[in-house]
Amino acid sequence: MSSTTAQPTLDPRDRGGPAQPLLIVDELTKHFPVYGGALNRQVATVHAVDGVSLSVRKGETLGIVGESGCGKSTTARLLMQLIKPDSGRLIFDGDEVGAPGGIDVTSMRRQMQMVFQDSYSSLNPRMTMIDSIAYAPRMHGLSAKAAEARAESLLERVGLHPRQFGRRYPHELSGGQRQRVNIARALALEPRLVILDEAVSALDKSVEAQVLNLLADLKEQFNLTYLFISHDLNVVEFISDRVLVMYLGQVVETGPVEDIYSRPRHPYTRALLASIPTLDPDRRTTVLPLTGDPPNPINPPLGCRFRTRCPFAEAGCAETTPKLAAPIGTQANPVTPHLVACHVAAAQQGAIHGH
Amino acid sequence: MLVFVIRRLLQAIPILIGVSLVVFGLVHLVPGNPIDMLMPPEASPEVIAQMKAAFGFDKPLYMQYLLWLSRAISGDFGLSIFNSTPVAGQLMDALTNTLKLAILAAILGFSAGIALGLIAGFNHNRWPDKIASVITTAGVSMPHYWCAIVMVLACAVLNDWLPAQGMGDDQDPFLDRLQYLVMPVVTLSFIPMGVVGRLVRATVLEILGREFPGALAAKGLTRWPILRHVCKNAAPPVLALMGLQFGYLLGGSILVETVFNWPGSGNLLNIAIFRRDIPVLQATILVLASFFVVLNLMVDILQAAIDPRLRR
Amino acid sequence: MSQFQAIGSIGVPSPPPIVAIPASPGYWRSVWGRLQRDPVTVAVGILLLTIFFVTAFAPLVATQDPTTGSVIGRLQPIGSAGHWLGTDETGRDMWARLAYGGRLSLLTGVAPVTISLLIGGILGITAGYAGGLVGTLIMRTMDVFYAFPSILLAIAICGMLGSGLFNSVLALALVFIPPMVRISETVTSQCRHLDFVEAARASGTTTSQIIRHHMLANVLGPILVYATSLISLSIILSAGLSFLGLGVTPPAAEWGLMLNSLRQSIYVQPYVAALPGLMIFVTSMCFNLTADGLRSAMDVRLAH
Repeated sequence: MSSTTAQPTLDPRDRGGPAQPLLIVDELTKHFPVYGGALNRQVATVHAVDGVSLSVRKGETLGIVGESGCGKSTTARLLMQLIKPDSGRLIFDGDEVGAPGGIDVTSMRRQMQMVFQDSYSSLNPRMTMIDSIAYAPRMHGLSAKAAEARAESLLERVGLHPRQFGRRYPHELSGGQRQRVNIARALALEPRLVILDEAVSALDKSVEAQVLNLLADLKEQFNLTYLFISHDLNVVEFISDRVLVMYLGQVVETGPVEDIYSRPRHPYTRALLASIPTLDPDRRTTVLPLTGDPPNPINPPLGCRFRTRCPFAEAGCAETTPKLAAPIGTQANPVTPHLVACHVAAAQQGAIHGH
Repeated sequence: MLVFVIRRLLQAIPILIGVSLVVFGLVHLVPGNPIDMLMPPEASPEVIAQMKAAFGFDKPLYMQYLLWLSRAISGDFGLSIFNSTPVAGQLMDALTNTLKLAILAAILGFSAGIALGLIAGFNHNRWPDKIASVITTAGVSMPHYWCAIVMVLACAVLNDWLPAQGMGDDQDPFLDRLQYLVMPVVTLSFIPMGVVGRLVRATVLEILGREFPGALAAKGLTRWPILRHVCKNAAPPVLALMGLQFGYLLGGSILVETVFNWPGSGNLLNIAIFRRDIPVLQATILVLASFFVVLNLMVDILQAAIDPRLRR
Repeated sequence: MSQFQAIGSIGVPSPPPIVAIPASPGYWRSVWGRLQRDPVTVAVGILLLTIFFVTAFAPLVATQDPTTGSVIGRLQPIGSAGHWLGTDETGRDMWARLAYGGRLSLLTGVAPVTISLLIGGILGITAGYAGGLVGTLIMRTMDVFYAFPSILLAIAICGMLGSGLFNSVLALALVFIPPMVRISETVTSQCRHLDFVEAARASGTTTSQIIRHHMLANVLGPILVYATSLISLSIILSAGLSFLGLGVTPPAAEWGLMLNSLRQSIYVQPYVAALPGLMIFVTSMCFNLTADGLRSAMDVRLAH
């Protein structure tokens, strides 16, 4: 089923070959209505996710970072089709999801699974670990015996001894152990893409490190692709091949992890990176940290959404929304391009006015 | 806050219309015309038709409903079929008598319940908790009409402490008339005492189980500020329950009023049912239910005033 | 590069030494275990079972006929010869009437709750799971019935339908449906938004499978606890209806009815007259205590 060599085995479900992205997301948008007033009519709209496009290549880990409330988790739930997008297309391995001639949501979900942040509420408190992991394969027609065998082997793979943990209930496990079970449960349907929505954020630092290493091992063993969502920049740097930075429901910068972390182009990305606490004197920066909260997503600023907190903002920033493009004065790498959504050359270079 | 109040007021309108429909519909649960059932079999068809016209029972149902509703809104509930006196007057007298009982019973029951609940909650699993819990659980399990009988037995039959029935004469001195209130009020207060006491205990335990009273104690605060803090946080749910319970006191006094022969709305309703006096029956239920709706409305608004999170 | 590589060698932890822990018992079995360890619940359970068996096997327990009285043996005191609990106002044996009367009292206590549990539970779970227009429609309709104090509504319905066993069960069932809907709706909509339901949806589980396998087990517990406490109220209210002459009709034996007919004899045999009410009180208290016991036994957090 899997190989531990560096050469990925070809998945029988693979359609377009290694060059075709596993998932392409095109202009995904979700607005939530806000009701209020005496008559409970719609009074406003939350722009939770606004025209997000991204692609995930086979075998890579794409990290999504951003402050809380920037639409990361909504994006994850939209990708899983747990909430219906207002507009936008999902293309899974060349097939458009839900379109005629494409694949339906159910078959997409079999190949795409998700791990949630809250390890406790994502397990049914009335089910044992084995039951929880074996549940989805059972519902997809695997015999009880085979499903249980698969659950036991998965428990073993995530480092929990089946005989010791298999018959326990969620409240009898620690947070780290439960999250291992959640990972095993996500793998039970043999998905190709796993969305990890703040999957390690609630864990202790030492447990977090163990689970991250486990994720790296599993990725190799099962030939997985990850979409890793987190607000923790250290974790994203550790696990990701490419990074996508979100701000107020939009993508502001994307590129290979080394480029983003060593040569951030968007002032928001730079401010985020500057806010990482570090003891290493070489990593200390002079970039001013972000102040204040992000603006209200109910009435996001017109034009560039970051301009209200941006030290480089010019008059033009309020007029047009910047599109993702190669940084000014560079050539985009065609395979893993570094793209930034910013009008201002000085902002991309990181010069600071008046300092 | 103002928006919340207006929205809550608007929401009450469809409920009140629904309530009026249910009350009106109740009468038509059984087939047949109320007049047919009341008239002696030997009555001539002309007399019956006359009676029907007099009470408006000859019109189509929806007309009857609209007519009844529009009159009811202006406070005119028609005439009693039984004795042809205006229903509104009878109802007002009865309601005043019931309110006397309900308000006194609410004050007694709520304060006893809050006291018992606080004692139990702050002494979790120790003997004061056990004693208070037995009392409150007995309160909610008590068939209050039986309790009324036992009270009569103890205070009027075996001993001659209190009058067994009625509410005394208007000419009697005030203190004498007060005696008639004691047993009905105490009997009625048992259920609210039990219900409120149990909720207060559960709420206090839940709040104490959360961290912040611990944090307060860590800051060196003494018992009283902690008690104040707990009370402030326990107030909204307890308040909501007390609103409901007061409504139950008004509507549920029927059994106790029957035992003590107290001339309140419950007694009126009971008599109306047995006489099949439809106008009285409809008016009593409508007024009691509307009272209940308004009460809930007031509790909601009060709750929102205390706890801003509830102002959605 | 980062802090993780330093401790990266931890990797998958080596499996801890296997301690032979017995497999965790099923949830319901662990609830049952906790119930058995609660002395109050055990005592109450035994008492309830006793009441149930005495009424169920009334002909064996009580040798005398509950409907034939005698004019000379009226209103005998407790402890009199042949009638250890005395006789009622027409000379019928109190012990026999209490035993037989329990049948109707328990029936009118349990039947309305069962009916409302089925109808209200289904409506509430539907409203809670579906939400949206269907949910709003169900809940707003219930709000109207919620606007009546329960006993008032029961009395009004019974008053219009006329007295009788069937009518009083029907009236009480109608009265209990709205609160049952509300409880089920609240519990279901809380449960519906937990991540494990999302996770089940994400793995392609159908709605009916989610409801059957994930929702019911979690939702049923709180609903059953509530239903148990409603039985207590139902017993009080149904006996109250009979007490008003709106429930079971004479000469059938029923505790509320017996209380009513003995009311006038309170000056002659006060203790005999109080007996049926005592039975109502004790039974209702038993159901309340059972509900309390169930509630704490089902609370997983307390189990730690």
